[in-house]
Amino acid sequence: MDASRVRGPERSAATVVLALAGQPNVGKSTVFNLLTGLSQHVGNWPGKTVERKEGRLLRDGTQVRIVDLPGTYGLSAHSTEERIARDFLIRERPDVVMMIADASALERNLYLLAELLILPVPVVLGLNMMDVAHAQGLEIEPHVLEAALGLPVVPLVASKNQGVAELLAAAQALAREPASFRPNRPEIAEPHREVLVRVRALLAGRIPEPFTEDWLAVKLLEGDAEVTVHVRNWLPDEDWAAVHEVLRAHEDAVLDIASGRYEWIARMVRAAVTQPRLGRITLTDRLDRVAAHPWWGLLLLFAVFGAVFWLTFTLAAPLQQWLDTRVIERLQAVLATVLGEAPSWLVHLLADGVLGGAGLVATFVPVLAVFFAALAVLEDTGYLARAAFVMDRFMHGLGLHGKSFLPLFLGFGCNVPAVMGARVIGSRSGRLLTILLAPLVPCSARLVVLALIAAALFGERAALVSWAFIGLNLLVLALVGVVLNRTLFRGEQAAFIMELPLFHAPNLRSIAQFVWNNIWAFLRKAGTVILLVSVVIWALSNFPGPGIEHSYLARFGRSLAPFGEIMGLDWRMLEALLSSFIAKETAIATLGILYQAPGADEGFMEVMAASVSPASALAFLTVTMLFIPCVATVAVM
Amino acid sequence: MGTAWSTQLGHEMDGGQMSGQELISLEEVAAGKRGVVRHLGGGPDFAARLAAMGLAVGTPVEVLQNRGHGPVLVLVRGTRIALGRGEALKIMVESLDDGR
Repeated sequence: MDASRVRGPERSAATVVLALAGQPNVGKSTVFNLLTGLSQHVGNWPGKTVERKEGRLLRDGTQVRIVDLPGTYGLSAHSTEERIARDFLIRERPDVVMMIADASALERNLYLLAELLILPVPVVLGLNMMDVAHAQGLEIEPHVLEAALGLPVVPLVASKNQGVAELLAAAQALAREPASFRPNRPEIAEPHREVLVRVRALLAGRIPEPFTEDWLAVKLLEGDAEVTVHVRNWLPDEDWAAVHEVLRAHEDAVLDIASGRYEWIARMVRAAVTQPRLGRITLTDRLDRVAAHPWWGLLLLFAVFGAVFWLTFTLAAPLQQWLDTRVIERLQAVLATVLGEAPSWLVHLLADGVLGGAGLVATFVPVLAVFFAALAVLEDTGYLARAAFVMDRFMHGLGLHGKSFLPLFLGFGCNVPAVMGARVIGSRSGRLLTILLAPLVPCSARLVVLALIAAALFGERAALVSWAFIGLNLLVLALVGVVLNRTLFRGEQAAFIMELPLFHAPNLRSIAQFVWNNIWAFLRKAGTVILLVSVVIWALSNFPGPGIEHSYLARFGRSLAPFGEIMGLDWRMLEALLSSFIAKETAIATLGILYQAPGADEGFMEVMAASVSPASALAFLTVTMLFIPCVATVAVM
Repeated sequence: MGTAWSTQLGHEMDGGQMSGQELISLEEVAAGKRGVVRHLGGGPDFAARLAAMGLAVGTPVEVLQNRGHGPVLVLVRGTRIALGRGEALKIMVESLDDGR
């Protein structure tokens, strides 16, 4: 990634690099979306499975690059996200860090600021959710806080696009005059002040650029595992022994450092914040009586779950069928007339291969849009954390805890982020187990195949069949989890520490962005991999001919027939299964091509219904749902 | 602790049995009861994680849900945090209410 090398002299003078930092659930991505709009580039941090978002904008003739750091509570070494964030700040030295804080939980948010201020980067503070804080009776005076902290403080209501332009202006102003940055920095608590001086003296002149003695000394006292290893490697043995002795005598320093930071925070906010009287019952309190209740919460979870699927299939499925019969089939007819002069193989390639294969897959956009929107709403309102909380008890039976529920739930969208999301699990065994179980969650691509085949073959009972398969998948997931927990992954439970964010109204812009990112990824897949496979399948099924029955694909399929018979599948379905390893939706493209009535106006659903028995459809679905994860999932595992 | 919220607890501490009271783990604190964190076991990594989420030595906590099994839900500096029972066991608090 080019961004990892842009530093110092190589950076063009006209480009300003701003990093966006903040704790989780503070509306940071809303700010990022407002600043960068559609100019964002989503990738991964080098060598990591953590999403890296970056965007560019031009303001007052200056090129501004904005790097969205992972949301982190602090900057310790315990999670990949925190290590990524601090590595970026130390090694890349952005011109300014824009830290977004939740004004309604200001003290906790300023802990991250306390950590940022011991790094050599200028910071501007954006106080987001000022409206939420106000609704809770909190009165915050940004300019008083600004005076106390000695750094620019900008009030924001990002959900209403208030203050974001001012935040950017403040960051740019600071970037022009970095020397003007003289904040009030937190000092280490009294009992350890002298120790810090001693550690710093022992490090002086022995540490490589771009690290600073100040930061390393504090992190050593905090017992930071990564920094400890680094410093041990940098120092000669006898010097390390001296440092180590000091650290051993102050093993509890981490507790004092943390308390000291909160004392500093209390001093900073004292004049700027007026707290409400105790005893207010907030919306979150009321909703949590149900959502976080052990039994009501569970019932609610099932209801929410059912509603999401109901919504997806009642709202979007008819739209999908309309696209299939009205748009795709009409386009096929149009193609035939327009290209009447062209060689017939070309017409067939475009009509049957491209439109009948990849085109059919693309008709599922409405289904995915509704599903991803529902997922985004659940996440954005803060509900998913409650779901994880009430599921914690049950996850223990699988040797996991509530946090593993989140990546597994994401797996209903796509198994790839589910596997990647498993990194939030602290312990190695918990992480591995979550990764192993994730492909058993029926992803949207498999649900699409399920919906299509169930609708084609089981008519009225399609919904029942679909639910039965989803239930089967979850049952198998639970059984595999219990068995693995009792055998391979015994012992070692990870710490379960999770914030339940305040409930709040979902932000439409963030949801639209999430849906768009996922739909775009899906369309890219349909336009590349699935298109390619469709064309290859079409070619193999049409040559040397005549007809599919005498094609290369049929020959290959028949050679596999003995395997197919075991499962009760004919060669077409077997090939659909094989092609689904590339991407689950490809199974639809393959079936769409292979079950095409020659020349007739019948849709492929009728053709399939006529030539496939319900039993073999069930066998096909069982294999699709349970056994083969797609190549993308296997790649991230 | 400087906010009105925590100061109010602070007054109760001054008026109540501030010192000499034995510490109990957060796991034993019933729902609706409050306490002040006095010690964190479990090593520097655990302490750093909790601190970044708002829970450090000296922080007032209120237990919102504790049913004797399943995770414990606490309110810390206005933030709701779910803790496994094993984690709650490592957090030692001084109770601010009589009994448990």
